[in-house]
Amino acid sequence: MKSILIKNGRVIDPASGRDEVTSVLIRDGFVATIGSVDTQADVEIDASEMIVAPGLIDMRVSLREPGNEEDETIESGTSAALAGGFSTIACMPDTEPPVDTRAAAEFVILQADRAGNCRVVPIGAVTKQLAGQELAEIGQLVDGGARAFSDAKQPIASAEVMRRALEYTAMMKRPILHHPQVPELVAGGLMHEGYYSTLMGMPPMPAAAETIMIHRDLTLAEMTSGRLHLMGISTGEGVEQIRRARERGVQVTADVTPHHLFFRDEHLQTFHSKYKVNPPFRTEADTECLIEGLKDGTIDVITSDHQPYAEEKITCELDQTPFGVVGLETLVPACITRLINTGILSWPELLAKLTVHPARILELDSGVLDVDRVADITVIDPRPTVKISPPSFRSKGRRTPFADMELSGKIAHVLVGGEVRYSGA
Amino acid sequence: MGVSLMVVRHKTPGAPLFLSQRLDSAVLNAGDGTHEHPTQGLLDLMTMREQCGDLSGKTVALVGDIRHSRVARSNIWGLTKLGAHVIVCGPATLIPPRIEELGVEVSCSLDEVIPRVDCVNLLRIQFERQRGAFFPSIHEYAHLFGMNASRLSRAREDVVILAPGPINRGVEITPFVADGNHSVILDQVSNGLAVRMAALYLLHRRQQELSSSPAPVDMKLI
Repeated sequence: MKSILIKNGRVIDPASGRDEVTSVLIRDGFVATIGSVDTQADVEIDASEMIVAPGLIDMRVSLREPGNEEDETIESGTSAALAGGFSTIACMPDTEPPVDTRAAAEFVILQADRAGNCRVVPIGAVTKQLAGQELAEIGQLVDGGARAFSDAKQPIASAEVMRRALEYTAMMKRPILHHPQVPELVAGGLMHEGYYSTLMGMPPMPAAAETIMIHRDLTLAEMTSGRLHLMGISTGEGVEQIRRARERGVQVTADVTPHHLFFRDEHLQTFHSKYKVNPPFRTEADTECLIEGLKDGTIDVITSDHQPYAEEKITCELDQTPFGVVGLETLVPACITRLINTGILSWPELLAKLTVHPARILELDSGVLDVDRVADITVIDPRPTVKISPPSFRSKGRRTPFADMELSGKIAHVLVGGEVRYSGA
Repeated sequence: MGVSLMVVRHKTPGAPLFLSQRLDSAVLNAGDGTHEHPTQGLLDLMTMREQCGDLSGKTVALVGDIRHSRVARSNIWGLTKLGAHVIVCGPATLIPPRIEELGVEVSCSLDEVIPRVDCVNLLRIQFERQRGAFFPSIHEYAHLFGMNASRLSRAREDVVILAPGPINRGVEITPFVADGNHSVILDQVSNGLAVRMAALYLLHRRQQELSSSPAPVDMKLI
């Protein structure tokens, strides 16, 4: 295996607090040295003015294989992940059939190995067929490689099922990733309930659908001592509830997407489906609370919530097209633009939400950049301004609200296990 | 096929806009879901103006299922533009949030509203858009919000009663009122023809101007 020297980059490891301009030598797939290196390496990467970070982790990606390979395959999705700077992604079980058996989890791992792009961590279903009725064979799924459990965008409506699921997964020390939403309050809904839904006559999705479910979930997590991760927080009240629960010791973590930091319900006034997401874009005040939650650590993780769909599924009426946008290839520039350039987060703070925090939730060895650790490394050039061009995406999904926007930064290199798997042009 | 003009009625808000962004044909919105119904709005305005003259300072109540009504939204735009005071009135479950920010007064009591208005536009209860329980029964709806002889007797002498067809007789309006001398429902039907002829004519002419114009057109809505 070739030795690699990444020279003169700003090496940031949020886990250890390291933040210095130095060099990283990689040998046999592991980090051999961090510091000044005299020896020659087989490959040298000049990282001057760049950020050298632990390989980024996206803990919430939907790959559509098996079942909907026209939308995305494990090969195309992992290729997009590398281009977006990720050395590891966790993929959602909402495929057809869903990942609710050990065989299905092992298929995901097998296909990811065949693709040979980034690492893929399967998330298993909480309930059979994601139907919210009976628990899936969670112990079998753990043995098949599932690191966490989720019914993806299907909320677990029954409080009884959620209670038992939290108890059962706690036994395996695995978290449940829940989409906190009361289904009957959003049935048929297309956007946040407020002035713009009234103006446009659009079926609404009230904020209460989220806050009621967050309250239920936090109460159950407290009661069961289960590990709860709340996905895609969109309401200010939701952030506040999580903050208070943390203070009283509830084991809860949470994430947001970059697009919920940029866009609001009013953007859907154009009727453009690139603003149709679930949870919906909300208000300026909610966005400010999400930012506050990121700053004070209430929100641990930033995820892409990558939702790829084939062209024919996005070029149709607003109520016919599914919710969701792609995000793997825009997450880093969006975060730099919205959080770093504005001074909201420092680089170590941002990178923690993309490395060590998701690694801890999923109990992965990666997410750390230190001597003798596996050399999963992402090199980011924060300087260039790049116009987001969906036709050039590696993902098969092309719908993104960031289309044609000018954002900062690009991915220079991604190393997985000490091997350069991606280098940006 | 060289279609120069399409009239689109669709169940999804924004569907005519979606088509207009992808076709060379002119597109006339004939009602898109619960969003807008522009020609109905125009014909209602025309009918009210025929009866009341200048609508500035006049009070108009829109009664019924405001939440699911594209007619209500198009009426609100036109009436507020012409300076009328608009009251939306219906069960609380059928009044969408923050509608007062469109410049209208909100009331849940038709009995309180009725003596104050020059015109009443009785929106049809949209059974096909009702999801779940917005009100207990048709019987109760008619009791609280139906326009009947007793309510009519407490209205101004020259009150004008409109209803965009079709109507549910005995629900939002009793036959006595619908067929009575305050009702202008049949005028609305005639005016609908005129308004739609005008809309087709103007749109087609505009389409021809655009297709013969060499400069790219700035479609501000896109």
